Amino acid sequence: MQDMIFLIPCLPLGGALLCALIYAWGGSGLQDLAGKIAAAAVGTAFAITLADFIGGESLHQELFTWIAVDTLEIPLEFTLDPLSGFMALIVTGVGFLIHVYSLGYMADDDARAKYFAYLNLFIAAMSVLILGSSLPVMFIGWEGVGLMSYLLIGFWYDKDDGRPAKAGQKAFIANRVGDLAFLLGMFLLFTELDTVSFAGMQTSADKLDPEIATWACLLLFVGATGKSAQLPLYVWLPDATAGPTPVSALIHAATMVTAGIYMLCRTSFLFALSPTAMLVVAVVGAVTALFAATIALAQRDIKKILAYSTVSQLGYMFLACGVGAYSAAIFHVATHAFFKALLFLGAGSIIHGMHGEQDVMRMGGLRKFMPVTWITFLIGSLCLAGFPLTSGFFSTDEILWETAMAGTQPALLLWGVGAITALLTAFYSFRLVSLTFLGEPRFVPAEVHPHESPKSMTVPLVILAGLALVGGALGLPEHLLEPLGHIPNWIHHYLEPVITSAHPLVPTDGDGHTMSTAAEGLFMFYSSIIAVVGILGGYMLFQRGPDRAGVLVAKMRPLHTLVAGKWFVDEIYELFVLAPLAILARAAAWFDLHIVDGLVNGVGSMSRRCAHKTARLHDGHLQTYALWMAAGTAIILGIVVVQLL
Amino acid sequence: MSDFPVLTVTTFLPMAGAALVMLLGRDRLARWIALVTTLATLGVSVPLCLSFDKSKSALQFVEVHEWIPSWNIAYGMGVDGISIPFIFLAALLTILCVGVSWTAVRTRTSEFYAALLVSETAMIGLFAASNLFLFFVFWELMVIPMFLLIGVWGGPGRVYAAVKFLIFTLAGSVLMLVGMIVLHNTCGTLDFKALAAAKDSLPAAHQAWLFAAFLAAFAVKVPMFPVHTWLPNAHTEAPTAGSVILAGILLKMGAYGFLRVSLPILPEGVQAFLLPMLVISVVAIVYGAYVTLVQTDMKRLIAFSSVSHMGFVTLGIFTLEQSGVEGAILQMINHGIISAALFLCVGMIYERTHTREIKDYGGVGKVAPIYATMLAFFCLASAGFPGLNSFIGEVLIIGGAFKTQSWLGAMAVWGVALGTTYLVWLYYRVVMGKTNEGLRGLKLELNAREIATLVPLVALAVCLGLYPEVVLSYLHVPVAELLAGVKP
Repeated sequence: MQDMIFLIPCLPLGGALLCALIYAWGGSGLQDLAGKIAAAAVGTAFAITLADFIGGESLHQELFTWIAVDTLEIPLEFTLDPLSGFMALIVTGVGFLIHVYSLGYMADDDARAKYFAYLNLFIAAMSVLILGSSLPVMFIGWEGVGLMSYLLIGFWYDKDDGRPAKAGQKAFIANRVGDLAFLLGMFLLFTELDTVSFAGMQTSADKLDPEIATWACLLLFVGATGKSAQLPLYVWLPDATAGPTPVSALIHAATMVTAGIYMLCRTSFLFALSPTAMLVVAVVGAVTALFAATIALAQRDIKKILAYSTVSQLGYMFLACGVGAYSAAIFHVATHAFFKALLFLGAGSIIHGMHGEQDVMRMGGLRKFMPVTWITFLIGSLCLAGFPLTSGFFSTDEILWETAMAGTQPALLLWGVGAITALLTAFYSFRLVSLTFLGEPRFVPAEVHPHESPKSMTVPLVILAGLALVGGALGLPEHLLEPLGHIPNWIHHYLEPVITSAHPLVPTDGDGHTMSTAAEGLFMFYSSIIAVVGILGGYMLFQRGPDRAGVLVAKMRPLHTLVAGKWFVDEIYELFVLAPLAILARAAAWFDLHIVDGLVNGVGSMSRRCAHKTARLHDGHLQTYALWMAAGTAIILGIVVVQLL
Repeated sequence: MSDFPVLTVTTFLPMAGAALVMLLGRDRLARWIALVTTLATLGVSVPLCLSFDKSKSALQFVEVHEWIPSWNIAYGMGVDGISIPFIFLAALLTILCVGVSWTAVRTRTSEFYAALLVSETAMIGLFAASNLFLFFVFWELMVIPMFLLIGVWGGPGRVYAAVKFLIFTLAGSVLMLVGMIVLHNTCGTLDFKALAAAKDSLPAAHQAWLFAAFLAAFAVKVPMFPVHTWLPNAHTEAPTAGSVILAGILLKMGAYGFLRVSLPILPEGVQAFLLPMLVISVVAIVYGAYVTLVQTDMKRLIAFSSVSHMGFVTLGIFTLEQSGVEGAILQMINHGIISAALFLCVGMIYERTHTREIKDYGGVGKVAPIYATMLAFFCLASAGFPGLNSFIGEVLIIGGAFKTQSWLGAMAVWGVALGTTYLVWLYYRVVMGKTNEGLRGLKLELNAREIATLVPLVALAVCLGLYPEVVLSYLHVPVAELLAGVKP
């Protein structure tokens, strides 16, 4: 199967080309075929990934030498090892479901062939990102997914006064700022280590000066904050919901935004060299998690709530990376991919059924109209809230437990932030569920006729709901299975060979299995309590609509304004980043036009003026010439006289 | 075949075509003669590229004939791996210029195509010349058709632009002439290889002065900050074909001069000016990008972006690292492909709308999807999107810069980010949003001829992005030799 790895990106690439041809030259009849081709391409890529994954070996495939100059040699090489194989499985698997869902969701769009071309290209780029064996090859995919995200966010660029196009642009530029740091980190590593392949860097990482390692790690991390929407570069993600909803599910929840976490896991051997960088990652992750969760509390747009929730959940994953719990991070990537894709697709189904309505304040009582969406959305929300025994519960709990146990100081503080975030998460999840599905309808039934979505949309919902429920099995903690014998935490065990952790996180006994199962059980109990309290809070406050909470809001007006206004970060950016950029650019343009070019024109007009003045000497009057001759003679005589004296 | 004067034929074939165009002088026939001539020139240059031996650093296809024996000046032609890609690019771009002018040029057509063909002779001759005298002849020859292309077929401000271009260029080349005379008097020869061998007889102070003299000529052509201000005017006013030649080849002549004259013959001069050159390059990258951000005219925007991109080229050359110099040469080719393509894109839509103001556009993607895709593609290529050609050039240059002084590399990376910003803004304002009212009723989508004009550049951008060895393999040997001579 080794020779087939390249097909994982190439099949969707070929699908994209076919779809593009259909879009440009095929008639409208062929447009439906485009979607099927695209879905089939991703489905086949999934099958190949699955076959390789079951094979269980680490595979490499070198296609050809991409760049070779001097000491720099970069082959176009793909690696499918446990880490990249697992990620590729999520991407192609969830990607396939979302292609199927899109067949229904986009059925009426005139440009659906273009949409599927973009979606397929995205899968191709994401596969390159994951499978690339070196930083530059990863960077091809890294930029590719950014581009497709830009194009897909702006897919309906002429709607809503061009809001989607603006959002796409914001995403692209914020990502590019992150990419700048990624590039700098890459160049720094290349200058120091003379190699940029992951395998090569891992073998020579010991040569790296600790300070350089810290800089390189921090630069890579800034790159990750761009793609994975962390503070301070998260601002593009909430706006990105302007794109079609399946895109939000696939790119802005399940796959692309986890690229940063994947990159950190891939380069874990570098982060192992720098405790400082690890601490920064953990703190940024924890703060982002809490910060975004507070914003999610007070949003009205269903997709915005989910987007801030994604930012917050990604923060958890970074927190895990920062404390060295990489396998917990990847575990959460997987469970989050299931339940957040489910929630976004559910939201899409709601919006579809509500004829484009996105404001949760104008919903309510939808459970009667959309039973499948209601049940699956509830399952997704339970996972997000971390309700015991759902997949989200196990992965969140794993992160919190490992954070508390980690050597990273201040461990308990980080755990505290994580725990508060978990409480808020459970609360806003059930605020969302209650406002949408419970209570009485707050729309005018005469105008809006909510209806259940077609099969091609509900079937993926059901599959994802199933995955979200049982996905926790990937990482069942060892101590829960203790009565059944020594069954290791599968994902932890599976990823172990490819991840370098700075320190063994959880204390182990001589045989290598974890100690203190009692403590772990206690933390699990805390997690359960937190989730249940949050869920009940959200339910009780909002089950009859927003009125009961309105009283509470009135009492905390300034705080609510701050949170509902998203802490006014967009405005801060406008003032401190965009305005100075514009001023500087205008100043440079003015300088160029008036000073640099002004000097040029000045020299030009000065010589012309001189010419005019000197030309006036020759005015054709004999008297003038005689005068000048006399003056010249006098000067020469004067000089001679002076010299003689 | 070994005696066949392939370089002379490639160089002067367009000139012969120009003569034919003038003689037959009929408008419709003129463009067909031009097309056939340029295709034939490319046809001759292809075997040149294919039969070139990449493992040798010596000049190949050498032709030497006595010319002015009393001054020991010969007519010498010969190419190495550095010149080969440029000859190919010049031959290719001229064909595309004919393609884009097909319906756009309606006045004095035979004179237009004659000027275009003469400029092709000058471009190819410059890259094929093996001595400084012939190099100078072609250098000056290039100015005349370019001056005419801008001044006769240009936009409303064409006279100012053409005169500005002429004065800038001539001011530079006068100093080059002085430098050439000094070199001739000291070394007794003007042959590039002989001069490089005799460089030790030039004292360091001499070399620094000579470097400055040649710098005046080369810096104007590149153009380097702060002598770049002729470029926005020239680009904006020039007809599309003129802009393509300017951006595609003419700007490369200066940087090629550094590689052909300054580095091999004046290494001590290079060392003396190393830091200023690096700093000016980085200033051009960042400053150029900032100025580009606020341009409102599409052609002016691309022109200023050229200042920024050519900053990468000079930065790469003066890193004096193998990867930096190879990257710089590759980037010259890349910029030739991409900026030519962007000017073609602007020219094609200008022919329909007669406006270059960005604000007059908007929503073009809805009515012209193929055009929008092409524009998106070349904007991405220009922004250094990985997998496309510019990325390789930038990586090699910045990698070289990091090895020299890492802050240089960091500044260059900042320039890359700004580059994305202005290109995304350009694309956003032209293609996305609501379709501008002023565009209603116009048929904006490209026709088959225009698509055929752009497709070769798309193919090249992808090919060089995925397999840059196509160009780099020509460069490994000559660049290594070049740098061996410069390193103290």
